Amino acid sequence: MRSLLARFPRAGFASLAAGVLSAALLSFGSGAVDKPAAPAPDPRPLQGVASFQSVSDKAERSRALFTEAAKVITDPRCMNCHPSANRVPTQGDDMHPHVPFINAGDSGIGSGGLSCGACHRADNTTLAGARLIKSIPGANPWLLAPHSMGWQGLTLGEICGQLKDPGRNGGRTLSDIRRHMSEDHLVGWAWHPGEGRRPAPGTQQAFGALISAWIETGAECPS
Amino acid sequence: MVYSVNVNGVRHEVDVDPDTPLLWVLRDVIGLTGTKFGCGVAMCGACTVHLNGLAVRSCITQIQDVGSAEVMTVESIGETAEGRRVQKAWLELDVVQCGYCQSGQIMSAAALIATNSKPSDEDIDAVMAGNICRCGTYPRIRAAIKRAAAEGI
Repeated sequence: MRSLLARFPRAGFASLAAGVLSAALLSFGSGAVDKPAAPAPDPRPLQGVASFQSVSDKAERSRALFTEAAKVITDPRCMNCHPSANRVPTQGDDMHPHVPFINAGDSGIGSGGLSCGACHRADNTTLAGARLIKSIPGANPWLLAPHSMGWQGLTLGEICGQLKDPGRNGGRTLSDIRRHMSEDHLVGWAWHPGEGRRPAPGTQQAFGALISAWIETGAECPS
Repeated sequence: MVYSVNVNGVRHEVDVDPDTPLLWVLRDVIGLTGTKFGCGVAMCGACTVHLNGLAVRSCITQIQDVGSAEVMTVESIGETAEGRRVQKAWLELDVVQCGYCQSGQIMSAAALIATNSKPSDEDIDAVMAGNICRCGTYPRIRAAIKRAAAEGI
């Protein structure tokens, strides 16, 4: 019989325990007030559509637009909820397995007595005073992407092909894809991920414009 | 701000800030201390309660998000069929060691067998992995869940 503990990332919990202890010691011991760090410049700024006007070949421009938009698609804020191998989301900029373990199941919202809603609400929940985690992310709905829309481990070309394939993209047309990327509430969460998380590059508006331009130039996929 | 919250079938008026965790309302305001504080960041499961029958972590559930939902804690889970079977199995198999995590374990186990009448090892692992037991009573927890589920069939 396999222990329940076998499902836990042991090293992760050991470091978690150490982190909790460290945080407790710091909070009891130092009495110092944290100075807010200056915001770091975005290491991956999102270029606007105009930056690609100089690419004369239309198909090449389309691929370049998608590659730029993919800075968002491949950002951990998006990728963490697009696993490919299983129905387990990942977390953080290093995309480690979700702690605690959760299997979102075919429904994408959990199953069998443990739903994503056990922790995730309609909005981000700021955790006042917590040092380990600043906030619990939330949106309405909060759910994992369907299995057919898994992105982790795929090349940009494979992701691009999947986005255009109605058999795997939820039956969406390119127009639907444009609307989804530009307006969807859960997509938009990537730029409002709650305290303690780095937002996706750029803005949803700029991302939507790149997707629109990609579609208008033929929705070509990088190899 | 005054919130009216239904806990274990009893309505309570509580005057707290909107972002006050439900856990603090239960323990410090209402006085139901069966639900425990563990990590405070939804990673250990010790604070698990039910909202309309669904397991939630009360340490990160703000009172403003509870609304009209019915809150059930370990103090009254024995009044449900699943909770009664879980508590019986817990006693029969001597699941508890130190006991600190057990109220959360029982609440998660009751939610599990309410939706899955014959959970496999994998089903139990998937749902109960969010409830940590520092005493390592996991084999007994699993056995008790299976016994509680079987008694409902």
